[in-house]
Order: sequence, then C-alpha cells, then structure tokens
Amino acid sequence: MSLEIVGITVLWTFLYGYLIVASIDFGAGFFAYYARVSKQEHIMSKLISRYLSPVWEVTNVFFVFFFVGLVGFYPDTAYYYGTALLIPGSIAIILLAIRGSFYAFGNYGSKNSSFYLFLYGATGLLIPASLSTALTISEGGFLDVKNDNVVFLAQELFTSPYSWSVVVLAIVSVLYISASFLTFYADRAEDSQSRSIMRKFSLFWSAPTILASLMVFVALREHNPVHFEKMLGLWWMFALSLLFFFIAVWFVYQQKNYGIAFIMVMLQFFFAFFGYGASHLPYILYPYITIQGSVVNEAMGTALVIVFIAGFLLLIPSLFLLMRLFLFDADYIKGKK
Amino acid sequence: MEFDSVMLSRLLTATTLLFHVIFATIGVGVPIMIAIAEFLGIKRKDPHYLLLARRWARGYTITVAVGVVTGTAIALQLSLLWPSFMQVAGQVIALPLFMETFAFFFEAIFLGIYLYTWDRFKNRWMHFLLTIPIVLGSFMSAFFITTVNAFMNTPQGFEIVNGETVNIDPLAAMFNPATPVKVFHVVASSYMTIALILAAIAAFTLLRNKGSIYHKKALRLTMISALIFTAATTFAGDLSAKFLAENQPEKLAAAEWHFETETNADLVMFGTIDENGEISNAIRIPSALSFLAGNSFDTEVIGLNEFPEDERPPLWIHYMFDLMVSIGMYSLFISGLFVLFMIVKRFNEWNKPLLWGIVASGPLAMLAVEFGWIYAEVGRQPWILRGYMKVGEAATTSTDVGVALALFIGLYAFLAFFCVTVLIKMFKNKPAEAELEQRFPKGTID
Repeated sequence: MSLEIVGITVLWTFLYGYLIVASIDFGAGFFAYYARVSKQEHIMSKLISRYLSPVWEVTNVFFVFFFVGLVGFYPDTAYYYGTALLIPGSIAIILLAIRGSFYAFGNYGSKNSSFYLFLYGATGLLIPASLSTALTISEGGFLDVKNDNVVFLAQELFTSPYSWSVVVLAIVSVLYISASFLTFYADRAEDSQSRSIMRKFSLFWSAPTILASLMVFVALREHNPVHFEKMLGLWWMFALSLLFFFIAVWFVYQQKNYGIAFIMVMLQFFFAFFGYGASHLPYILYPYITIQGSVVNEAMGTALVIVFIAGFLLLIPSLFLLMRLFLFDADYIKGKK
Repeated sequence: MEFDSVMLSRLLTATTLLFHVIFATIGVGVPIMIAIAEFLGIKRKDPHYLLLARRWARGYTITVAVGVVTGTAIALQLSLLWPSFMQVAGQVIALPLFMETFAFFFEAIFLGIYLYTWDRFKNRWMHFLLTIPIVLGSFMSAFFITTVNAFMNTPQGFEIVNGETVNIDPLAAMFNPATPVKVFHVVASSYMTIALILAAIAAFTLLRNKGSIYHKKALRLTMISALIFTAATTFAGDLSAKFLAENQPEKLAAAEWHFETETNADLVMFGTIDENGEISNAIRIPSALSFLAGNSFDTEVIGLNEFPEDERPPLWIHYMFDLMVSIGMYSLFISGLFVLFMIVKRFNEWNKPLLWGIVASGPLAMLAVEFGWIYAEVGRQPWILRGYMKVGEAATTSTDVGVALALFIGLYAFLAFFCVTVLIKMFKNKPAEAELEQRFPKGTID
C-alpha cells in the first residue's frame, strides 16, 4: 500500500474511534442534563458519571490525534483549512474547552451545579454540529481561492441544504450511539430503571438516524454529484450498514443481547463512515487537496507510520487495562468499587 | 504598533501560550511530587504523605482539565493562525508533534486509572506503580513539544532548493542543537516551580495557624525538592546561556544589551536604554557576561551590531531575562535557607518571615516561567523559523483574527475564574485534618 493510503486509513480509523467514543460522551452529557430537568436524575446520573469520569480525557486525545496526524501526513491541509476555518475552528475549540473543563469542575469540584451540567449538556450537541462542518467543507463549494488567498464562504455554508443535513445527522447519530451504549452499560450494571429509560431513547432515535442519513444522500447528490456517483459504486457498504442497523434495533427491541446490539451499532457506523470516506478519495478537500498531491515527504511519512505502529503497541495494552478496570469490571459498574 | 493580522496572530498565540504554560507547568511538575509523596507514604507507612499525594492529585485533576483544553487550543491555533508555517514545518517537524499526542494519550489513560483506584489494590505499591507512566508521559510530552520549539530556534534536518523542502531527516530536525538544553531547562524549571507552589500553599496554611504536623511534613518535603530542582534549573540556565552564546548569539546579545563583539564583556543588569543605545542606571558586572557565555573572562561574546537591523530581537526582552534570573536566584536562596534552618537545630525553620518568603516564592516562580517563555519567544523575533521564515510571512491572511482574539481572551478569563473558584472550594470545605481522620481513623495506612 502506498504511503498516502496508509496515512488516510490510519487517520480515518482514528476519526472513527473519535466518532464512537465522543458520541457516547456527548450524548451522555445531554442525557445527564435531561435527567436533571425531568427529575429522573437519581436514576441515571450515577450510571453516566461512573462511565464518564475515568475516560473523558482519553476521548479528547482521539480528536487531537486526528488533526495533528492530518497536518503531519498532509501538510497542505493546514494551509487551506487553517486559513478558512479560523472562526468556525475557534468556536469549536471554545466549545470543547468549556465542555472539558466544566465537566471536571462539576465532577471533581462542586457537585450538583445545574449551570455546569447545562453547559456540559448543551456543548455536547453543539460540538458535533460545529465539527461536522469541516466534513461539509471538504465536499467543496465553500472555499474560494483567489491569488493564493483562501476565503471561506460562510454564507454559502449557512444556506446550503447539504450543510444542514449533515448537522442534523451528526446530532441525531450522537444521541443514538450514546443511548445504545448506555443501554448496554445500564444492563451490565443491572440497573433496570436506567436501562429502560436508555432503551426507549435508543429506539426513539433509531429511525431519525436512518432518515437523516437518507437526507444527506439526497443533498449530496445536488451538492457534489461526482462524490455521490462514487458512493453509489460502493453501495454494498451502505447496504451492510443498513443491515447492521436493523440487527441492532431488533436486539434492543427484543430486550436482549444489548452488548451485541452495541457492536452492531458500531458496525453500522463503521461501514457508513468508511463507505463515505472511501468514496471521498482521492480528495481531502474537493477540488484543491488530494491525498497524492498533498502527502508529506517520504522520510517524514515513513517516520510517522513507524511511530504510529510503536505508539499503537503501547496504547493497546493500556487501553485494555483501562477498559478492564472500568468498562468491563462488573463490580465497578455496579458501584461496588 | 500596527494591529494587522500578523500582530493579532502573535497576540493570540501569546495569550494562549502564556495561559497554557501555567497549566502545562503544573502538568509536568505535579506528577513527580505526587509520586514522591506516595512513595514516602507507603515506605514509611505514614498516612500524612498518602493524604498529601491524594490531595495534590485531586487538585491536579482540575488543572489537567484546563491544560488539556488549552493544549488542544494551541495545537489547533498553530494551523489556524500560522498556516504557511505549518505547511512548511509539517514536512520536517511533524514527528514530535505526532508523538506528543501519544505521550499524552498514555499519560491520560494512566491518570484516569490512578485517580479512581486509590483503594482498589490490596498491595499499595501497585497503585504507586501507576505514577511511573504518568511521570514518564508528562515528561515525554514536555520533551516532544520542546523539541518543536527548539527546532524553531535552530532548524536543521532539511534543505531548501529552489523553494522546495528536500533531504528531510525527521530525527535530525527533532534532535537539533537547541533540544538538549531546552528540554533540561523546561523540565527542571517545571519541577522547581511546582515544588515551590506546593510549598507556598503549605507555608500559607501554617502562617494562618491552621497548619498541623501534616503541613510541616508537606513543607519539608516540598522545600527539599525545591532546593534540588532549583539547583538543577540554575545549572540548566547556565548551560542555556552558553548555548545561546554559541548558537543563537543575537538572542543573548539582545537580552544583555550587548552591542560590540568583545572579550571581557560586562553583564548589564536592569537599567534603561535610550534610542542611541545609551544605557543608564544599570548595574554593570565587569566581564561577567564573558564568564556566563564561556566560563572564562576572556571569552569573546558576539554583539548585536553584527546582525542586520531588521534581524535583531526587540531590546525590551532584557527585562524578561533579568526578572527570570532574579527570581531563580531568590528561589535558590529561600529554599537553601529553609533547608539550612532545618538541618541546624539552633535555627527555627518555622519563623514567620521565612514562611512569608516561601509563600512569595510560589507565584514568583510561575512568573519566572512566564518571563522565560516571553524571552524565549520574543528573543527569536523576527523569525518563526530562524534563518528561513519570518513571522510576517507565516501568519494567516484572514481578517477575523481580532474577533478570535477577543473570543479567546473571554474564554481564558472565564476558565481562570472558575478554575480558581473550584480549587478554593474544593479544599476549603475539606481541611486536611478532617480528611485524615476520615480516611485513616486508626492513624495507620492499613
């Protein structure tokens, strides 16, 4: 495999990882806030904080890893996206900053502050919305390059149906992924009240997820027909995604195999996300940046790949330890430790 | 001063860095102190030290959160504000930036485990072992990021032929001449600053008569550590001066207001300078600059006049340098004095003026870190990549930097306020004695 393909595969895999763990995290923030306002807090918030507390920083690193890697493997992206995204990027950073720090302030500092929880819940939905615009922009049509000057066409972005369909999909997916995971987690904790609430959420958000995906398809056909054609060429990936979706919903509906159901949700997003990514190639930013044209020199690229493999070997056992202690330690989940 | 996008980009980067460096310093320095305290606690079976580790770690979670989010901000701002620089630098110095995320990832995982497993292991040494990856991870983070900064000062590992970057050697770029001394200086000064800040907290509590044996132990531990780390930092600072004299003479010369290349160069401390280069009210130490630059009085020190006027750093960095060094000397003095009083039984190390001196040393040390970074960054001007690219060529062309600057100043003010409020609340409601009673009712660690 060539360097540029290895690079984008690694980065896309990390972005997928971020999509899953961050969705769980973002959605959980929303559900925690919802539980507070609907007075069901005593049931759910304990569950949510037991899952979130040890892992929130890890989530953030997935994201940093992705964009540091992107600039490392494809330095031209820094130039185009950097110039164009100053304001949207700054807003996303500020939201992430408020969310991360107020989670810590609320959780380790003063308990029961509704203000902190509100910030935490609200940013959980705004961040995916603002981050998803980077993917929207990558489809082209939102940047103008004049005499080496990159200009961001904000008005185009705000009036584009495609852009809004992506935002809707991002928010709905976050809630669906998160609810599916928390159903499973509540089940492991043998907390039947939380499980029943989360299960309802999971079913409630399942159909909108698929509807929103269809809307993205339709809007993309208008916005970038070339990409749309390529997606049709990879139809089987999206078909598999739909299949895993049905299996997941079936299990949750039948009130069994919540663990497998969540894996099915992960596979559903895996195929959709990689189908989207593969058909997006060779462009990183249509039509200015391709992976071949922007890839870093070979010496640096090779060094990055070596470091990536070494780092991965270091992280896998550590992540395994983290999960064993918190996610899969039945006594811990149940609150006995 | 014109507020164009270059100046605004510099201001925004400076704001983010000056805010982030507080939390980065805490992030590098606190783990080692936690590790030492927990080690002593288990080794001596002393609940006081275990509680120290535990309380430091609790406060640390808050600062880590702010450190993580401001670190994310600076990582993104590099691309947002300096897109042309990142396009070039990405080709050569992406490796340590990439590795830093791994180091931080590693640290974050073990920190998460550490904070939630105080009582989960039967053997307490198991829990202590978790501090090793945390200390190591924070050290490696500091190391990797510092290599990038070092690269900006002494770039190597590439060639520019016809505008193309070729013959790239990522390892040579990372291990550039500035790397060893810079890393040493950054890490040692972080350890020193944190030891002094933790000492200042203990001393302050003792002064308000709310202290106990717990705070006395804390003060002894932190002051002995501070003395060692301050000595190491002084040594690192001395190496840095010698390094600059040889590799980046304009930076040292600007800091010292040293214009003519000469031997037996005087060291100029404080004072003022007018537009003709006349220095008044300064303390001059004959030949001391030559000694600082090369360990002998007849070392030739290159003066600022050797450089074209548009490649000289601004002269006001002189004050940053002097303030940093003065605070360093003060810290060495105060920690040395405390340890001396501790050893010599006739003296009372708990006397009030000494304790007030320690209280002052904590915030001062953090200020010294800030002055040091201002000196390091402004002293590199006008270059962003010394000899290759000036800051003016690297900045974004966006017209919205002013808006972003306002947004971020607001964010940092907001974070600073809540961070301090939460920290005060966290410890005010739970004094150490009460917690000691609650966690170790028998007065032993088992």
